[in-house]
Amino acid sequence: MDLNVLIVDDSAAIRKILVRVLSQTDLPIKQVHEANDGSEALKIVEANDVSLILSDINMPNVDGLELLTQLRVSPKWKDLSVVMITTEGSQAKVLEAVQLGAKGYVRKPFTAEQIKEKVLACLKPAA
Amino acid sequence: MDQENIEAIVSKAAKDVFGTMLGLDIEVGASFIEKGSPAESQKVVALIGLAGQWIGTGVIGCRPEFACRIASLMLMAEYPAVNEDVLDAMAEMANMIFGSVKTELEEHLGALGLSIPTVIFGRNFATRSVGQQAWTVFPLKAGEDDMELKFCLMPNRDFQMHPRALRAHPLVLEHA
Repeated sequence: MDLNVLIVDDSAAIRKILVRVLSQTDLPIKQVHEANDGSEALKIVEANDVSLILSDINMPNVDGLELLTQLRVSPKWKDLSVVMITTEGSQAKVLEAVQLGAKGYVRKPFTAEQIKEKVLACLKPAA
Repeated sequence: MDQENIEAIVSKAAKDVFGTMLGLDIEVGASFIEKGSPAESQKVVALIGLAGQWIGTGVIGCRPEFACRIASLMLMAEYPAVNEDVLDAMAEMANMIFGSVKTELEEHLGALGLSIPTVIFGRNFATRSVGQQAWTVFPLKAGEDDMELKFCLMPNRDFQMHPRALRAHPLVLEHA
């Protein structure tokens, strides 16, 4: 199945890095969408058949945790794979993200390998 | 939490971010205390605020040529002059360095919030944080290039009265 990936980060630099990292994987990526914050992300999710989201937490307007909350209340998107990629490294934030349904968590600074590993793990069908 | 611990945390965070995101080994020189902020010559400066029971500001600043090199290494493209990508790369460097510092400090100082970074590119300007005098300055060196990283942190007296006031510390930009 071809993947529609959405990258959500208010930093254009991080979005560019993630686009490059994704292009280096063997994943069958159909399209990579980009959003500046959670609010833009929700509009893209609504208009496209997104299969994977890579999202920051600290963003203006709608942040990453609020985005997760809004996705989980929708029956249509509650199982959407979301990996958080963020400077937020405290146990409390990781726990909150996991409780809200994040399937992976990568702390900035990150290596390309860490991103690939988390994305592949999160797309792997449950045994 | 003493000054020595804070210095070790800041120094480690800077080395991690430069090493992981840019593949650059940096040397962190002996830190020193600076009171007030001298005028900057032509520089790219990124600032970020921390707020909670403690408040503070983190700053990274370097010559435009080094900022372009940072962006080139981070984004794997050539940047001969400062543009939006270069400013964004500097903002993200500040975000990652002081985001890591924040995570370490939270274990000792309680929950802290991090502001959205601000980047300034210009000449003959000074940055000043209202109510804060002493900065710990860390000189960083990456080959021929150098950068200054500054950090200040103090207890938030207002926090007791306004526990929900998790806002970034106000910064003033003035002409030198």
